[in-house]
Amino acid sequence: MNEESKKTSCCSGKPSPKPCCQGKKEEPEKKLKWGIFGEYVTGRIETNEGPVPRVAAQLNRSDKWEGMKVRMNINRMNYSVTPGIYAVGNPGKDSIVLVTSNYKLTFDSLRKELNNLDAWILVLDTRGINVWCAAGKGTFGTDELVNRIEETGLKNIVSHRRLIVPQLGATGISAHEVRERSGFTVLYGPVRASDIPAYLQANMKTTPEMRKVTFNLIDRLTVAPVEISQGLKIMLIICFVMFLLSGISTAGYLISWPHSIFPVINVIIAYFCGTLIAPALLPWLPGRSFSLKGAWAGVIGFACLYILGLTGNEVLRSIGWLLLIIGFSSFLTLNFTGASTYTSLSGVKREMRFAIPTQIAVSAAGALLWISGIFFHITL
Amino acid sequence: MRKDYYLKNVTTLTLDKNKCTGCGMCKTVCPHAVFEIIDRKAEIIDRDACMECGACSKNCAFGALMVKSGVGCAQAVIQGILKGKEPTCGCSSDTPGQTPGKANVCCG
Repeated sequence: MNEESKKTSCCSGKPSPKPCCQGKKEEPEKKLKWGIFGEYVTGRIETNEGPVPRVAAQLNRSDKWEGMKVRMNINRMNYSVTPGIYAVGNPGKDSIVLVTSNYKLTFDSLRKELNNLDAWILVLDTRGINVWCAAGKGTFGTDELVNRIEETGLKNIVSHRRLIVPQLGATGISAHEVRERSGFTVLYGPVRASDIPAYLQANMKTTPEMRKVTFNLIDRLTVAPVEISQGLKIMLIICFVMFLLSGISTAGYLISWPHSIFPVINVIIAYFCGTLIAPALLPWLPGRSFSLKGAWAGVIGFACLYILGLTGNEVLRSIGWLLLIIGFSSFLTLNFTGASTYTSLSGVKREMRFAIPTQIAVSAAGALLWISGIFFHITL
Repeated sequence: MRKDYYLKNVTTLTLDKNKCTGCGMCKTVCPHAVFEIIDRKAEIIDRDACMECGACSKNCAFGALMVKSGVGCAQAVIQGILKGKEPTCGCSSDTPGQTPGKANVCCG
């Protein structure tokens, strides 16, 4: 993470209503009422409340590149835009107001759907977090929305009193409270920004499909890289430990090529079973609980390794590996509940009560068998 | 369309039909089509699809819906137990001045 990126995002860490980036050197042209903006600001539009930045409805190369990096968990926690009001196209007093979060990936996925539209975008300060997660946390919430309406002077910018809020924002926003406190009526729009043109064309009516959250293969593979990157360090430590331990034998300490590298490969495969294979095969793996699905992914991983001969030909070691891989993969897949779109807190708690002790027991048994493989050699 | 289901019979969602006016807000905000309006009253038609996001109860102006909402995230539950707090998504920091990147858990 370089210094520059830290500076540009200093607004995301604090709930301060005023932008703190003002000391930063930037072309004065882009310094508008609410702070400093990136290249996506293409101009300004005059309103009763002063100039409002106008943003492009297309993503440029840098937006796409940075977005891809964020998907790979690079700079993901520092990717935000300054909260406030923005314009797309040439909006006037009657134009629609779309509410969103200040996570730049979210902001970009919204504005790229607004081609040939005149609209206002009201960006809430969610500290760089997407709408749904921020709504769950309450930062994309009634208070923030009401305050942001006040602060931007929205009442003087538009003559109507309607806001289009993404449906997933409903977890944090109470429509009737917003109306009481600000006079604005909240209309819940579609879950996905890509449905906005169709939603507007249908006179702001959502279809059942627009209201449903999905978690299809593409969705799951999109969130998998972040999952993979998060435990990478721990995985590498385990690899290293297994590499060192594999040298121990009753005949003395021996590191040999390629046999000493097999345990490292086994750990890596187990890791990918829980972070990539299980997420990819999620609906097809047996069981409803994620830990069980992860255990099955571990079985698949073990089967591949066994066929390739990477778990060795000794019975104790092989069973040891099977249990270790199942335990590891199961735990990692349990963590994937956080990235999924349909697990409940009560469900996760219920699952964990059984899963965590089982995972510990299975892994411990696997470790014991693996260690006993040092002393006992039983081959098939 | 195929629907994803998590564990059966766990949701804390309850509906008080006496308070319900059939306005349909719950049906509008629910991301998993748990509700249907039948005879001008809300009805829970797919209880096991509920993920306890809390959108329905938050947007029911008549207090007819109750749900103990929270994040269905194992990491958050583990962190919650370790810190002795309720599980929350640890992606952004609550304490001003702390880098959000440090409390790196789930979403984004």
